[in-house]
Amino acid sequence: MRENAGVASVSRVRGRPLLEVRDLSVTFPQRKGGDVRAVRNISYTIAEGELLGIVGESGSGKSVSSLAVMGLLPTNAKIEGEILFDGKSLLTMNDRQLSDIRGKDIAIVFQDPLSALTPVYTIGDQISEALRLHDTALTRRAAEVRAVELLKVVGIPDSERRVKAFPHEFSGGMRQRAMIAMAIANNPRLIIADEPTTALDVTIQAQILEVLEEAKQITGAAVSLITHDLGVVAGHADRVMVMYAGKMVEMGTAEEVFYEPTMPYTVGLLRSVPNVRTASTERLVPLEGRPPSLSDLPVGCPFAVRCPAAIAECLEVEPELLAHGQAQDHLSACHRAGAIANGELARTDIFPRPEAHIDSAVSHGKGETILEVTDLKKSFPLFTGAVVRRKAGAVHAVDGVSFSIAQGRTLALVGESGCGKTTTILELMELTKPEGGRIVLEGTDVATLNKNSRNALRADIQIVFQDPAAAVDPRLPVGDVIAEPLLAQGVSKHDRDDRVTELLELVGLDPAMADRYPHEFSGGQRQRIGIARGLATNPKLLVLDEPVSALDVSIQAGVINLLQDLREKLGLSMIFVAHDLAVVRQIANDVAVMYLGRIVEYGPISDVFDNPRHPYTQALMSAAPIPDPREERSRHRVLLDGDLPSPSEQIDGCRFRTRCPLYKMLDPVRDAAARAKCEQDDPNLRPHDFVEVACHHVDRNKLLVD
Amino acid sequence: MALYLIRRVINYLILTAVATSLAYLLASVGLNPAQPEQQRHPRPPQIVIDHLLDRWGANPHVPLIERVWVWFSNILFHGDFGISVQNQPVVTLLTTRAGVSLQLLLIGSIIGAILGVVLGVWGAVRQYKPSDQIVTYASFVIYATPVIVMAILLMVLATGFNQAVGTQIITFSGQYSADAPAAFWPQLGDRLVHLLLPTTVLILTSAASYSRYQRNAMLDVLGADYIRTARAKGRTRNSALIRHGVRVALIPMSTFFAYSFGTLVTGSTLLEIIFSWHGMGEQAIQSIQQNDINGVAGATFFVAILILCSSTLSEVLYAALDPRVRR
Repeated sequence: MRENAGVASVSRVRGRPLLEVRDLSVTFPQRKGGDVRAVRNISYTIAEGELLGIVGESGSGKSVSSLAVMGLLPTNAKIEGEILFDGKSLLTMNDRQLSDIRGKDIAIVFQDPLSALTPVYTIGDQISEALRLHDTALTRRAAEVRAVELLKVVGIPDSERRVKAFPHEFSGGMRQRAMIAMAIANNPRLIIADEPTTALDVTIQAQILEVLEEAKQITGAAVSLITHDLGVVAGHADRVMVMYAGKMVEMGTAEEVFYEPTMPYTVGLLRSVPNVRTASTERLVPLEGRPPSLSDLPVGCPFAVRCPAAIAECLEVEPELLAHGQAQDHLSACHRAGAIANGELARTDIFPRPEAHIDSAVSHGKGETILEVTDLKKSFPLFTGAVVRRKAGAVHAVDGVSFSIAQGRTLALVGESGCGKTTTILELMELTKPEGGRIVLEGTDVATLNKNSRNALRADIQIVFQDPAAAVDPRLPVGDVIAEPLLAQGVSKHDRDDRVTELLELVGLDPAMADRYPHEFSGGQRQRIGIARGLATNPKLLVLDEPVSALDVSIQAGVINLLQDLREKLGLSMIFVAHDLAVVRQIANDVAVMYLGRIVEYGPISDVFDNPRHPYTQALMSAAPIPDPREERSRHRVLLDGDLPSPSEQIDGCRFRTRCPLYKMLDPVRDAAARAKCEQDDPNLRPHDFVEVACHHVDRNKLLVD
Repeated sequence: MALYLIRRVINYLILTAVATSLAYLLASVGLNPAQPEQQRHPRPPQIVIDHLLDRWGANPHVPLIERVWVWFSNILFHGDFGISVQNQPVVTLLTTRAGVSLQLLLIGSIIGAILGVVLGVWGAVRQYKPSDQIVTYASFVIYATPVIVMAILLMVLATGFNQAVGTQIITFSGQYSADAPAAFWPQLGDRLVHLLLPTTVLILTSAASYSRYQRNAMLDVLGADYIRTARAKGRTRNSALIRHGVRVALIPMSTFFAYSFGTLVTGSTLLEIIFSWHGMGEQAIQSIQQNDINGVAGATFFVAILILCSSTLSEVLYAALDPRVRR
């Protein structure tokens, strides 16, 4: 059966098969308990010049299977099956023989460019090393010249100078470019990109994907793009492979997988991710439960316990990967796939969209103002000198930010890392007189508070942090974790216990779990605990700092839905900081787009996102990936050059000028006056229709006519 | 970088002056150089004792602050560290004794450090294999053995060896034999033979501890992403570990090397006494026993200078190994 499947997928592939993986299994033996079966019997091929997207959540085996191809798994891994590269069997080679292929014929780009480069050697040395390892005749000098060329190819400006820089002198995006330069150094035939953009901002992610696409064009290499983000593969992949619990569960062309998925996991995954174009019009579909433990896999289909379409057979027999529809190489491992393919079982019925709890009018009507921030400023001094410290300048992390939040509404702060979002909310949480400007919470200017009144007001503003694993004390039972804000407010033990029970129910956890410790909970459940803690004092305003970015996609939806329900139920106001624009759109009413400590565009989210007027917002919007292959391929992108400048840098006039695509389009002669305005005059927020925009040339902005 | 180093060295020099002055102050308060003279039979006349005390700059009738200033200004302007109770200039004592100590320390600790690093790296790469286990157990046994036990054990072994061969090949008392031929090569050979046992002890103890630290530092690096990157570029595992791993693993070690070298002097006191080497450690002990204020201050000065050199060395090493701290 399985062999047939392998042959079937080869047949329609246009090019010659370059990489053939047959029946690959990877097991990590454990001293105690069952062995971890990270990858089980997967077979796939990559043809020459093809881009294969491999999608899966953490622990699905997507990275492990690719590291097996490179021969880079830890020595204790037990690898079975066959991997053929260009007809040669890789698994029978020793480290010496494999090292001749690695970096020359097969190259890899890793996820975290910070830790993937050796900190003590220059970028140039590390690129030259890749070259000289496979071409011993190449002189040191010639390798360096080639390294400069390669850095130019991947778009690093001033590469003659940069080649001598050390990794810590590069930004994240530049490091990832250097990694790609290293990968394409020897014109490889296969590039494996393992979550190449996960650690990066959306604007940088768009740049890196572009560079990767370019590298593919130049070298003609096949690419295997591994990611958890469906949007990233949608626009780039020829074929998509979905993995779950170490198994390949669906494989087909991008169109087949995105538009006609036949495996319920894929169906659910697609319905659980918000789309930046349409978000907030529909509720997200949460995938209940979590993937099985790889050391204790169930007998039947590993997805069966989470699958609403599961039948008795699913729990007993693990389904084979087979073709079910007309296309012979659209494969999926599901007993119900046939019924899904021929329309007997509608995809929307498997995972119906849940109803909202109450559609109260609170969120639509304008309530009273909860929070008003005017001209908020926060700077961090920079020091120089080792013996005598001198103040050398300041980083203006937040520089004149104003916004307000009405009751029941949610404001999102978006922007690249380093734009001042987190500093803004941390300043709010301080509840003290800010360095500059005014913060008025519930009609009280926080500058006037004394110790007692500040403590009392703190009950009204609470925060939920990004990483639930780090933000919850592992040594306290979750009941105590949740009760802590109440303890600070001096609530009695009896009342605290009652409230904990109430809160656990509110966030969808069993109140009997109050005595358990955080490590017994999954990531999504831990974030619910964090939310329960935030709600303990019945705050008017809940501040959420990237509350879902540390969670797997299938878990995200549940937490987002919970937040929406809570807002409706409790009439909560929220400040939501996030970098994922689709998530932001799903949940927020208003949005403030921040750039270098300023708000550049501010208004109701549908107005801002549907019709962005500031060039920066346009770039952000067009960089956000959309999990829809046709839409993604036909999009017009506004790409930004370079990285976010350092906030300590002094930029005259408009701060966005150095990266602004609109400014670049202005003719130096004809539009001299317009350019001068950008160079000298720092634009303030000015109203345009329903939104406020800080740009001089909103009326001339033709960047996004599609 | 050069400017930074100069600033650091000036800093250290000031610290050295402070440390030495404090030692002088402490010794002046705690030690009584007149005591041995007073206990002589027959007791010398007071005027003789006072004369001696004046010579040493330790007369209690002179205010302490004045004595400290005279002592300090003599060092500053004349390079004179005063006279020891054996009526030798302390400077002469320092130079001869420092030479002896450094002979012993330099060779031992450099070889010990290199051996320790090599064993540490080797052990980390071969983690949990029998060879790693053997090195681990051996270093803990050595680490746990007192220096004096190890030294005597080696002496017993050397004596046994000499008896077995029939002639005295290994000698282990003092720095040299009085009867060695005067030519260069025999002299050198004689010195090396005398160095053999004490240096072996030093190498064993320092290699034992360095190898544990180095093994840990290396284990941290083994799983690093950049090792994986280096292998992905086409290096074999071992070549990636040596070229990319060892240098990073050495960074935390550089501070450790330098400072343990600085404190070795005090640690090697026992070694000097066991093997009858007349080095700085022995000098420090003797000075205290003989109520020699100038001698104590001199010995402290030597240790302070060693720490100065080793801290500077550690900063240079650190900057050489890690580009992230260069400015």
